[in-house]
Amino acid sequence: MKVIVQLFAGARELVGVEEVDVELASHSTVADLRRALLANYPTLEIIVPHALFAINATYATDESEIPDNAEVALIPPVSGG
Amino acid sequence: MIELTRNVIDSNELVVRAQSPQAGAVLLFLGTTRQHTAGRETVELHYDAYEAMATSELHSLEEEARRRWELVDCHIVHRLGRVPLGGASVAIVTSSAHRKEAFEAGQWLIDTLKERVPIWKQEHWADGTTEWVHPVQQ
Repeated sequence: MKVIVQLFAGARELVGVEEVDVELASHSTVADLRRALLANYPTLEIIVPHALFAINATYATDESEIPDNAEVALIPPVSGG
Repeated sequence: MIELTRNVIDSNELVVRAQSPQAGAVLLFLGTTRQHTAGRETVELHYDAYEAMATSELHSLEEEARRRWELVDCHIVHRLGRVPLGGASVAIVTSSAHRKEAFEAGQWLIDTLKERVPIWKQEHWADGTTEWVHPVQQ
């Protein structure tokens, strides 16, 4: 399945686009996505290990399975306030 | 009330809105743009957000604060885009019958917002460089 991952802040700056496509097997988890992103975009190495992921605008864990057509976002460490 | 805005935050309006006959205390916290950080000079900050998720996370912060403390009112407004030196990037207003709840809820809300809500700050340094701030938790 194709997963579209939204990028923000430093991650967006490093890759130079607002979202990237990642091809994953069905029933893949956030941990699988993390590995695939690092393989496809090595420049994200300084952010991805510290980042969280959101599925449909809710924080997910590494064990969370990614549903088909989910809205997925890479959430680098936040710095609001 | 939860809001993300690209305009100047009208904190007076938030305070007035939180005043009521039920409240004996109204607390305002403003997070503002500081000129110097660890010896470096900032000229302005820019804020970006995953807006849909930031809004829902802020709503859940308000709900959790209202569960934990007896609040009359609770407003959280975060500014996005450019924020000049001294300008407010975030305003939190809590009101309660007695001051203890307003203080505790206000402290918890800003601490938790900074840990959880998907909003990011970009430093614009005086030397012309920029830098997204991604604090790494040890």
